[in-house]
Amino acid sequence: MNTLTRRRLLIAGGITGGAALAAGATAVGLRDVLATAPARDPLAKTLVLVTLYGGNDGLNTVIPYADPAYAAARPGMTYPAEELLDLGDGLAFNPGMPGLHRLYGSGRLAVVRGVGYPRPNRSHFQSMDIWQTAQPDRPGTTGWLGRWLDTTSGDPRLAVSFEPVLPPLLAGATSAGATVPGGTLTLPKAAGPGVLTAFGTPAAGESAAQARAAACFADLMRVQDLMAQVDDGAPAGDETEPDAPATATGGDAPPLDRQLALVARCIEAGAATRVYSVSLGGFDLHADSKDTQRAQLARLDGPLAAFAERMTGRGVVIAVYSEFGRRVRANASDGTDHGTASDVFLLGDGVRGGLHGEQPSLTDLDDGDLKHTVDFRDVYATLLAGVLATDPGLALDGWTGRLDGVMT
Amino acid sequence: MADRRAISHLLRRLTFGPTAAEIDAATAAGYEATLDGLLRPAAEVRPPELDVDPYAMLDAGAAREQRQRARQEQRAQVATATRWWLARMAGGGSAEKLTFFWHGHWATSARKVRSAHLMLAQQQTFRRYGAGDTGPLIRAMLRDPALIIWLDGQRNTRKAPNENLAREVMELFTLGLGAYSEADVKAAARVLTGWQVDHRSGTARLVPQRHDDGAVTLLGRTGTFDVDSFADLLVRHEAHVPFLAGRLWARYAGTTSPVPSPVLAAGRDTTALIRAMCRAPEFAATAGTLVKQPVEWLIGAVRQLGIPVDERTGARLPAVLRTLGQVPFAPPSVGGWPEGTAWLTTSGTVARLRAGQQLAALAPAAAEGLDGAEQLATLLAVDTWTDRTYAGLRDVDDPRRLLALGLASPEYAVH
Repeated sequence: MNTLTRRRLLIAGGITGGAALAAGATAVGLRDVLATAPARDPLAKTLVLVTLYGGNDGLNTVIPYADPAYAAARPGMTYPAEELLDLGDGLAFNPGMPGLHRLYGSGRLAVVRGVGYPRPNRSHFQSMDIWQTAQPDRPGTTGWLGRWLDTTSGDPRLAVSFEPVLPPLLAGATSAGATVPGGTLTLPKAAGPGVLTAFGTPAAGESAAQARAAACFADLMRVQDLMAQVDDGAPAGDETEPDAPATATGGDAPPLDRQLALVARCIEAGAATRVYSVSLGGFDLHADSKDTQRAQLARLDGPLAAFAERMTGRGVVIAVYSEFGRRVRANASDGTDHGTASDVFLLGDGVRGGLHGEQPSLTDLDDGDLKHTVDFRDVYATLLAGVLATDPGLALDGWTGRLDGVMT
Repeated sequence: MADRRAISHLLRRLTFGPTAAEIDAATAAGYEATLDGLLRPAAEVRPPELDVDPYAMLDAGAAREQRQRARQEQRAQVATATRWWLARMAGGGSAEKLTFFWHGHWATSARKVRSAHLMLAQQQTFRRYGAGDTGPLIRAMLRDPALIIWLDGQRNTRKAPNENLAREVMELFTLGLGAYSEADVKAAARVLTGWQVDHRSGTARLVPQRHDDGAVTLLGRTGTFDVDSFADLLVRHEAHVPFLAGRLWARYAGTTSPVPSPVLAAGRDTTALIRAMCRAPEFAATAGTLVKQPVEWLIGAVRQLGIPVDERTGARLPAVLRTLGQVPFAPPSVGGWPEGTAWLTTSGTVARLRAGQQLAALAPAAAEGLDGAEQLATLLAVDTWTDRTYAGLRDVDDPRRLLALGLASPEYAVH
């Protein structure tokens, strides 16, 4: 099947609903496809969401070095001026981020400052739920991109993650994104299409969990068709995980470079997926944070900058966020405890680089924490409208805010 | 028949997956006698013999290569401990399942702690105190070296407290969100200052110069608290029993239905809570709704297929668990492993299909005697196949393939 046909197949999914495909993607004939489908808009964009688990310290990522309150609050955690990667306006990137600094310099990277939400929650889990569900008052069980998926055909191929466990982000009310192991998805010999189709059929009266387990088989048929087109040229996964100095707070994903290599392959192969979720854990650094965070940011910087370069011109927009930033004042072990607002990075085609949002004050604080200046739902709404070309209110409970001037 | 279903449900939830013979024996004994047997205090467990922790024994001036080699040996020791634990789980028994529950609850990872000795010592604390009143358990855990390292307790000093341990103790281990304030986190962090882990002895002790013994206001009380009086505040807090009962209910019964009130009335003794849970009519009604965690899925299969966890297979099981997304001693987060439908993914489905094939290949005897979908249900302690799964299995002639598909089926993924 060539790229164009596959794209059209997915359009068919969009128009006829999931039912036709649930019977097995192979059951949809080319004729059915052509009858329903104008080709997917070649200008359709792709969103790659990068989740940093653990609460990345925004103040030592985008460093307000010119503000005397910064050095005063964190005497053991500052960098010498010659190591800082200057952004202008008294801000600089952490020395671990040369790749992203280069992208910033070429106007492709937007730094949105002071992003947060009202009544910030300092629990990793609750706050990450809030970010992933986009529901600060009462995080529910669906993610903002899962709800977006609900507004489409619900085809799991439209939203893909490479983690073994589904991020809440991609769980919708009536559909769920796909989690894809490794690169190619070759099914074991035992599982022929007949069995998969049988196992994927709903059964009357079964529990919701069992129904979901069955639906995975139906999803698998659809996902396999898509992923079979993608070569697995990604580097092999590291089987022995390195020791980590941070308290892990979520994300048990393959290394970021591997995840991004898989995303790149899918996009280059013309996959119809519109949303990819990737993640990097290890940011919960309560002690000796400076060197570890720098190394951790370098683990983000290298793969992400390379990915962004490789994706230039393909309509890919990348967003990077974490569940919260850290307290302004360092603790005695040269680490930082859980805080509030932080930076969101947006980069890629159509992103207007530079500094956006208002820099939060380091002295006008909320019990030691930054006061947010941008609501994260404004960022999501901008991505839903600007990248996924959809009405943001549908996925964001009617939210009407936007971030002006960040997308062209 | 109804008894048999209720009893197989009980065994599926309280152990790592019953065999058909175990269900037969329990059915003959009756529900209450089976429950009593499952909740009987477990015999003392001797942890595996490991060499000394090589990293703890290094001199301060050890060279880089020495440190790297010691780290490597530490990882090998964790691998040994993991295989040992998987073999113990496969030995059956509800006590090991409870130990696994506590591990997922006080989720501590060897990826940061690194020492197999400290991870095993924490596990022994779960075995020693995990079936009784939570008071002694929480007192022991607040001075548990692995937990202290995991949550930066040893970096928590009077000069400026580190809040990591204080917050997670209240949020994740004892009270739950909403039962404490940010001020309580700060106060608890001060109370927990000064605890230092001595790697050579594998113990934690309070270093007075680093400890803040000033008065604080904590959970509505003002005064000076030490680690034990803090633990007492926690267990007496009105949120503690509902929180604990909720966690047990979520892991043993189901994640959506509310905890029945007789369970809440059982107090803070874990065995009493589990007993009340298993006697509640609501518990029986949760059959077929709880998603198996990968460890439960795998160990249950190993038991039902009669696969010995020995040198040959023991080394392969952790790799299977990694692809399924759950490795013992390495929870992805301090919040423990996900629960519910988060495990039911396309990726997980493929992993279960592959693992099912591997397990079937390791169990020629179980496959050999297998004749048809009904026998398969008995072997895997599945009450019944739905029509669609039965349709998928009906025409499969090859016993190994049948076995692999049964293990991957929707009915086997939840229990």
